Amino acid sequence: MSTQGVVLFHTTSAALRAEKVILKAQLAGKLIPTPRQFSSDCGIALRFDWSQVDQVKGVLETARVELAGIHPF
Amino acid sequence: MIYLDNAATSWPKPPEVARAIIEFLECAGGNPGRSGHALSIAAARVVYETREAVAELFNSPDPLRVIFTQNATHAINLVLKGILRRGGRVVTTSVEHNAVMRPLRALEREGVHVRIVPCDQEGFLNLANMERVVQPGTSLIVLTHANNVTGTILPVTPVAEMAHRAGALVLVDAAQTAGVVPIDVQGMGIDFLAFTGHKSLYGPPGTGGLVIGDRVDAANLEPLARGGTGSRSEFEEQPEDLPDRFESGTPNGPGIAGLGAGIRFVRSRGMDVIRAHEVALTGRLIAGLEGIPGVRIYGPHDPVRRTAAVSLTVEGCRVSDVGLRLDEEFEILSRVGLHCAPAVHRTIGTFPEGTVRFAPSVFTTPDEIDTTLAAMQAIARP
Repeated sequence: MSTQGVVLFHTTSAALRAEKVILKAQLAGKLIPTPRQFSSDCGIALRFDWSQVDQVKGVLETARVELAGIHPF
Repeated sequence: MIYLDNAATSWPKPPEVARAIIEFLECAGGNPGRSGHALSIAAARVVYETREAVAELFNSPDPLRVIFTQNATHAINLVLKGILRRGGRVVTTSVEHNAVMRPLRALEREGVHVRIVPCDQEGFLNLANMERVVQPGTSLIVLTHANNVTGTILPVTPVAEMAHRAGALVLVDAAQTAGVVPIDVQGMGIDFLAFTGHKSLYGPPGTGGLVIGDRVDAANLEPLARGGTGSRSEFEEQPEDLPDRFESGTPNGPGIAGLGAGIRFVRSRGMDVIRAHEVALTGRLIAGLEGIPGVRIYGPHDPVRRTAAVSLTVEGCRVSDVGLRLDEEFEILSRVGLHCAPAVHRTIGTFPEGTVRFAPSVFTTPDEIDTTLAAMQAIARP
């Protein structure tokens, strides 16, 4: 099984915005409860396939979605 | 029954609005942004979709700068109390609703300098008169896009330019226009747009919001209320991130779902089509009223320069009597009195008696206007 990644956000709205642009870019992503080991900034985080980390970062940057962090997990 | 009180709240609502509210309660019942489970995310998604719909409708680039509030009043209070401080200067017009005037009068008692630019008897603003009182040190200009008594549309773009030249910001009260008169936050230079959800956006009461333009540093705007946001929960200080900074506590999820459906209705019907329909009805109403002896119409007679809210008085009749006869004898629902806007009535010369106001919507038909005109003929007969 490939490694997964998680994007953290400051607000729920940013997480939802991220999910939308990731899915629109035809990348795989799913909103999940934020894993406690990372942060409690926002209750939800975006899980993705770590092999696509560069694409995910690129898409979020282009859409100017503010991130609180991005980690493998 | 003929409902002509749409400037107070629109009725009926498109059926999809009620459906969206029910669907939210039945299928998306979690607390948006508080938990990470499926129902919480489903609820948050509905709220976010509406945020995006609002941003698109008003051409605001960032949906996170759309703040949901209970109504336009709440949004206006947020801005006025959030940026005006003792010694600060604010300029507004003489055709503002009490949603603006009451918080301003309270701030005046706390040492804020309030300057009111008189408008003419039709409710129009002379820009030169405003220019004379806007000075360096003015921090805010507050302007209604269209007042709720005469419907007179005010020029937002030049007022925004005037504000920015003086180093001030501009707050636009769009309660009467959002959803029917085009609003472009970026193109018009609007810094704060206060809107209501339950009038021409066809959402339920208890919805509205504030769109914050990109010129504004939100850190300089104090929240009206602080509390839980579902974010940065380890801190006991309010976060600065938008929209959370101004959205403490559980939001009105069902209402926001309904507002989203209302906005989708407006977009699918076409705002230009809705506006053309209302302009045609307003023109028909005014032309008919002009032919009734004893009826006086307020505000511009040209329907293109106003919204669909039409105020009138009948010589020799109290407005409350006219309203009651319309209701009891003809089942026509109007609104009489001061419309929470004593300043407007002083400006047009109808204070303290007030006016009778008719306000059609996208659902009003030409036949209903004709029936109303026939009723007015009967009522105005000496």
